[in-house]
Amino acid sequence: MSDALLQVRNLRVYYGTPGKPVRAVDGVTLDIGESEVIGLVGESGCGKSTLGRGILGLLPAGARADGAVLYNGKNLVALPPRTVRRMRGPDLGLIFQEPMTRLNPLMRISDHFKETLEQHEPNLTDAEMRRRSLETLGRMGIPPTRFKQYPHEFSGGMRQRIMIALALVLRPKLLVADEPTTSLDVIVEGQILALLADLKNNFGTALLLITHNLGIVAESCDRMAVMYAGRIAEEGPVREVFANPAHPYTRELLRSTISLDTKVLHSIPGAPPNLIDPPAGCRFNPRCPSAMVVCNQLEPREQHPSPGQRVFCWLRGPSELIPPGGEAPLEREAIGVADEA
Amino acid sequence: MATASRPQPLTPHGRARLIALGRATKPIREAGGVARAMFWTGIVITLFFIALAVFARFIAPYGFTQYKSGHHLFPVLGHPSGTHWMGTTVESDDVMSRIIWGAQTELKVVVIALAMALAVGVPLGLVSGYFGGILDRVLVLIMDALFAFPYLLIAIVIAFLLSNSSIGGGVLTAAIAITVAYVPLYFRVVRNHVISVREEPYVDAARALGARPRTVIRKYVFFNVVQNVPPIATLNAADAILLLASLGFLGYGIQPTQGGEWGYDVSRAVSDAASGIWWTGLFPGLAIVLLVTGLTLVGEGLNETINPVLRRRRFGRFEFEPVPSQMEEGEE
Amino acid sequence: MTGTSLRTYLITRLALVVPMVLILLTLVFLLMRVAPGNPIQAALGGHVSPAYIHQIEHRFGFDKPLLTQYGEYLWNIARGDFGTTTTDNRPLTQIIAQNGAATLELSFFAILVAIVVGVVFGLLAGRYRDTPIDVFARIFGIVVYAMPAFFLGLLAQLVFGVWLNWLPTSGQASPITQAFLPVHTNILFVDAIWDGNWGALWDVTKHLILPAMTLGVITAGVFIRLIRVNVIRTLRDDYIEAARARGISEGRVVFFHAFKNALVPVITIVGLNFATLLGGVVLTETTFNWPGLGHELVYYLDNRDYTGVQGIMVIFALVVVAVSILVDFLNAFVDPRIRY
Repeated sequence: MSDALLQVRNLRVYYGTPGKPVRAVDGVTLDIGESEVIGLVGESGCGKSTLGRGILGLLPAGARADGAVLYNGKNLVALPPRTVRRMRGPDLGLIFQEPMTRLNPLMRISDHFKETLEQHEPNLTDAEMRRRSLETLGRMGIPPTRFKQYPHEFSGGMRQRIMIALALVLRPKLLVADEPTTSLDVIVEGQILALLADLKNNFGTALLLITHNLGIVAESCDRMAVMYAGRIAEEGPVREVFANPAHPYTRELLRSTISLDTKVLHSIPGAPPNLIDPPAGCRFNPRCPSAMVVCNQLEPREQHPSPGQRVFCWLRGPSELIPPGGEAPLEREAIGVADEA
Repeated sequence: MATASRPQPLTPHGRARLIALGRATKPIREAGGVARAMFWTGIVITLFFIALAVFARFIAPYGFTQYKSGHHLFPVLGHPSGTHWMGTTVESDDVMSRIIWGAQTELKVVVIALAMALAVGVPLGLVSGYFGGILDRVLVLIMDALFAFPYLLIAIVIAFLLSNSSIGGGVLTAAIAITVAYVPLYFRVVRNHVISVREEPYVDAARALGARPRTVIRKYVFFNVVQNVPPIATLNAADAILLLASLGFLGYGIQPTQGGEWGYDVSRAVSDAASGIWWTGLFPGLAIVLLVTGLTLVGEGLNETINPVLRRRRFGRFEFEPVPSQMEEGEE
Repeated sequence: MTGTSLRTYLITRLALVVPMVLILLTLVFLLMRVAPGNPIQAALGGHVSPAYIHQIEHRFGFDKPLLTQYGEYLWNIARGDFGTTTTDNRPLTQIIAQNGAATLELSFFAILVAIVVGVVFGLLAGRYRDTPIDVFARIFGIVVYAMPAFFLGLLAQLVFGVWLNWLPTSGQASPITQAFLPVHTNILFVDAIWDGNWGALWDVTKHLILPAMTLGVITAGVFIRLIRVNVIRTLRDDYIEAARARGISEGRVVFFHAFKNALVPVITIVGLNFATLLGGVVLTETTFNWPGLGHELVYYLDNRDYTGVQGIMVIFALVVVAVSILVDFLNAFVDPRIRY
C-alpha cells in the first residue's frame, strides 16, 4: 500500500452555494500505483470529475478541499497553490473532455508546446524543446509537418491527441483523463483509448481514466473504482469486479449495459441523490434493490470480499456491527416516474 | 355573482404568475453586491427625473421662458442665490426651472421617438426576419448601410430637412430625427433574433401543425423576441437623450420657446464660459450626465442579469465538519 | 496558404462594399432632394435676383430631370468630383484637403487616447472583477459615456482654459503659426515636424490637447465596457482552464491568453464605434472651433448650403465604408479563423 504513487485519503470537496454546500466528493480513499491504469466510473454528477480535478488542485471558485492527497510524501491539499501549480506538467497531468475548445485558437501548436516547456524547464534550448515536442507528437500520430498549424485546422480526434501530447511532453507520473473520448466518435475513440492504454509502456505514466462508459474500462484498465454520490462504492481489479460485482450498484450498472444479448432494457429506478442533503447511511439505499434497514441508518464499512477488492456495503457485513432488526428489508415508497431525472 | 369583499386565495394561474415573477427577478436578487447597487442606483436616479418631468408644473419655481416675476425682472446672468438656486441665464431665465422643465421635454421627446422607432423597427424586423426573401435582402442592405452611419449625422440631416419643410422645428422634428436614427438598430436586433428563433424546434412544430404565419409570429416568435427589447430600449433611451441634447446643442432640436432643453442651454453657455460664468452650462450638463447615467445603470443592470455569461453566483462560506473516525480496518 | 486566403478574403470583401456605397450615396442624394424647392433656392433665395438663381441652377444642373442628376452625381463622384458649395464657392475637394486633414489630425489623437484609456481600464476591470478597481473603472466608463462631448469640452475649457489658463480653448493653432507654417499635408502636427519647427509643433500640440482628450475620453467610455465584458468572457474559456492544468503561471495565463484573446475584437470595437467617434467629432469641433469637416458641416447646415452638406455627407459615407473594410481586413489578419 505504501508504495502507491498517489494516495488519496478521505478527500472531501465541497462547492459553496448561498445555502449549504454541495458535497460533491464526500470522503474518498483511493490508491494509484505507478504505471497503473485505473478506471473511475459512475453516473453523471457522482463526483468523478471533481475528484479528478481535486487531485490536481484545479477546483473552480467557491470549491474547497479537505483531506489528503499524498504524493511523494507531501499532501497536495495542504500545499500552497503555487507549489501545486509547478507540479502540474512534470508530475501531474489532466486532459479534458472537450478537445475542440481546449487549445488557444490564436496560438499555433508549436507555441503551445513552447509555452509549456518554457514554463517548467526554462533551461532547454529551442532546438531541444522542438525535438521533444515533435517526438511526443509523433508518438501520438501527429506528423511534424503540422507542427506550426493552428488548432482550428485539426479535427476533434487530432486535437485530443495534441492535448495528450501536451500533457505528456513533460513526462508526468500520473495523468488524469476526464472523459477524454465522450465527445468523439467511436472509431476515433478506439484510437485514443489505445494510445492511453499504452501509456505505461511508452511513458511509464499512471492513468486515472474517468468515464461513464463501462466498456472502455473493461478494455483498457487494470483496476476500476465505482463512484456513487461522492463516495466510492466498490473498487478492485477489473476482471474481478466485472465477474463478481460486490456492490448492488455495480451489479445494476452492469445489468444496464447493452449488448447483443439484451432483450429487455434495464435501468435503475430513481435519480442520483441531492448532494446538498444526501440520504442517511448508504447513499444508494433509496434505489437499492437489496436495501436493508441498517442501510438507512449507518454508513457502511469497508469490506474485502476478495484480495485487492474493496466494497462499502452492509450486505458484506460486518454483521457484528449491524444492530438488531437491521437486516430486515427496507420499506420505501415506490419511486414515482416524476422522481427520475 | 356576489362581490368578493374578502381577498380571494390565489388561483393556480395566479400562483404560477407569482412564481414566474420570482424566477424572473431571481438573477437581480441573486446578483453580487456591485451589480445590484448599480442597478438600484440607476432606478432611483431615473425615477427622480421621471418625477421631475411629470410634476414639473408643481416643482419648478418658474416657467422655462419666464424672465420676470410680476414686475420684478430677473437678473441677467445672475449668480446662484437664494431666489435662483442655480442662477439665471443671459435671457434672465431661471436655470433651475429650465432644468426641471427640461426633464419633461427630454423624456417626452425620447419616449415618443423610441415608441415610433419600436413601432416601425420591430414589425419590420419581425416580418423581414421571418419571411426572408427579396424584401429581407433589400431591407437588410439599406438598414446595414444606415446602421454604420453615425446617429448624430443621420439625425442632424433629418432635422435639418424637416425644419426647412412645412413641419418646421420643434418636438416632432426632433422626435422624427431620433426615430429615423434608431430604426435600423431595432430592425437589426429583432431580425437577428427572429432568425435564430425561427429555426427552433417549437416553431417548426407549430408550422408542421399548419399554423398560419401570422399566428406563429404572434404566439411564438414575438414574445420570445420582445424579451430582448427592454435592456436595449433602456440603453437606447440613454443614447437618445444624448442625441437629443446634441441636436439641441447644434441648434436643431427643441427651440427655447417650446421647452427647456439641456443641450440648447449648454450651447448658449459656451460663450458665457469665456467670462468665467459657469452655472449656465454646468447645471444643464450635469443634468444630462445624471439622467443618462441613471438610464445606463438600469440598462446595464438588466443586461447583466439577462445575459447569463456575466451573471456571477455568490458562493457561501462553509466549514468541513470533522469526520467521525470509523475505518480502522484497511488503514495502514 | 495563408497569403492567398487573405487575398481572396480581401477581394470578396471589397466586392461587397459596392452595394453599400451605392445605397449610402443614393440615400444622401434622395435626402437632399426630398425637401421642397431646390437647394439653390434654399441657399440663395431672397438674397439675389431670380434671374441669378436661374443661372446658378442651370450651372449646377438643377433644372435637369432627376434621373439625369442622379446619373451625373454618381459619375462625378466616381471621377472624384464632389461638387462646389453654393454659398461660398469652395470646391469640395479643397474642403476635404483642408478641413478633412484637420479632422484627421483630431481623430487620430482622439482614437489614441481612447484606446489607451479604454484598454487599460477595461483590462483591469475585467481581471479584477467586483473589486474596487472594477467598480471605479465601470463607473468611470458609464459617467464618461453619459457626458456629451460638448459638456466635457465646456468643462475642459472652463477648467484648463479659463481658470487655470494653461491651454488654448479654440482653433487648431494660433494665428501666427497658421500664417507662417508652410503647408504640406494640411495636418499641422505633421507639417510642423516636417519643417523642424518645434515652436510651431508645441503650439499645435497645445491646441490639440483639450479637444483630443475630450473626444478620446468620451469614446473610451464605450471601450471600457466592451473590453471588460470580453475579458470576463475570455477568462471563462476552456483553453484558459487547460493552460492552468498544464501548470502555466497565473500571470502568464491572464496576460498572454486572456488579455491577448480578449483584445482581438478591439479592432472591431474601434471600427464599430467609429460612427460614435464621428458623431463626437462634429460636437467637439463645434465646441472647440476646430476647423474640421464636422465644423464645416454645421456651418453649411446653418447656411442652408445643400451642396455643401451633401458633399460632406458623401465624404463621411465613404469614410465610414472605408473604415469598415479596413476593420474587416485587419481582423482577418489578426484572427486566422476568419479567412474563409
